Amino acid sequence: MKKSITHEFFKGFWEVLPPFRLVLGLCPTLAVTKTVENGIGMGLATTFVLLCSNIIISSIKSIIPKKVRIASYIVIIATFVVIVELVMKAYFFPLSQQLGLFIPLIVVNCIILGRAEAFASKKPVHHSAADGLGIGLGFTLSLMLISAIREVLGYGTILGMQVMWDKFEPFAFMVEAPGAFVCLGLVLGLINLVPKKA
Amino acid sequence: MEYIVLAINAILVKNILLAEYLGNCPFLGVSKKMDTATGMGMAVIFVMTFATSITWMVHHFVLVALGIEYLQTIVFILVIAALVQLIEMFLKKAAPALYKALGIFLPLITTNCAILGVAVMCIKRDYGFIQSIFFALFSAVGFALALVLFAGIRERFQVSYIPKALKDTAIALVMAGLIAMAFFGFKGIDSTLKALTLN
Repeated sequence: MKKSITHEFFKGFWEVLPPFRLVLGLCPTLAVTKTVENGIGMGLATTFVLLCSNIIISSIKSIIPKKVRIASYIVIIATFVVIVELVMKAYFFPLSQQLGLFIPLIVVNCIILGRAEAFASKKPVHHSAADGLGIGLGFTLSLMLISAIREVLGYGTILGMQVMWDKFEPFAFMVEAPGAFVCLGLVLGLINLVPKKA
Repeated sequence: MEYIVLAINAILVKNILLAEYLGNCPFLGVSKKMDTATGMGMAVIFVMTFATSITWMVHHFVLVALGIEYLQTIVFILVIAALVQLIEMFLKKAAPALYKALGIFLPLITTNCAILGVAVMCIKRDYGFIQSIFFALFSAVGFALALVLFAGIRERFQVSYIPKALKDTAIALVMAGLIAMAFFGFKGIDSTLKALTLN
């Protein structure tokens, strides 16, 4: 069955929405979702790397030898990660300080390598681009969802603006490590309640 | 004394898995059974200590010498990937028993973000060579400890009632949150230790 390019794009928003449907890339999801700003920054950085690496891998898939394909994918991905790292240091310095270690760690984000192996290495370029963009944006939305819950409960703000009432006592728990795990687990459980296909 | 503090910090207070959020994919992936969890834990201890010592040397003797520190990410991941491959081949020849125990976990380790994460952390924090090795070793022990603890609990899930939507990963994450909370309690030790070392 041939799937349309719009399907490849929109499946990233629900059917294989990372990190809920496609349970990969959990470390950044847990680590950078203290505030919505960090979540969006991380999501967009990942989207860029995913889109570019999908396009490149899909266009040179025929000349990559089978035996060293994983290593080749990692080099391609790492190249784009270095680009993101340098651009963020130059133009978004405070954000890059906040995300810190997790920018170089985009290299080992399993979503990207997973898409390269499972999708880009088999499909034509335009489909891979749609897939990369869709999954990347889906990941960004998921990060925004988690970080919104954590920021509202943990600090009483969204993007730095006060949204809770004055006397609201923030749950310090939510912005620490245990809160991240529990929050992600419960959201995952809720999403599992909704069937995959509408 | 300094190394005892480093050990307690890396294993309990700043556990890479539960406080620094590194290496969660293998954590959830291999923690369903006790024996796979122990195997993975051992493999991580082995590779992390090795990888960190190599990347430390590469950083200080190659990257800094040539002034190309911005290529750190690419170089480190390649070094780690190559090292894992080498260890795998070496073990196959030299220690077949160990290879059998660690075998299937080794390729998975390349994409374990804890390895790259600890390697980068040592550079960022300006650790010396010996300090880096110990930090990597203790971090890996912390990882193995959390993994084994978690696997022990997760084995019990098979016999208990869990709502369908929460099965597998969801309940595992909530459980990880509870363990993280227990480890969170060790934060108190941190300040006590600092006071002790100062005296």
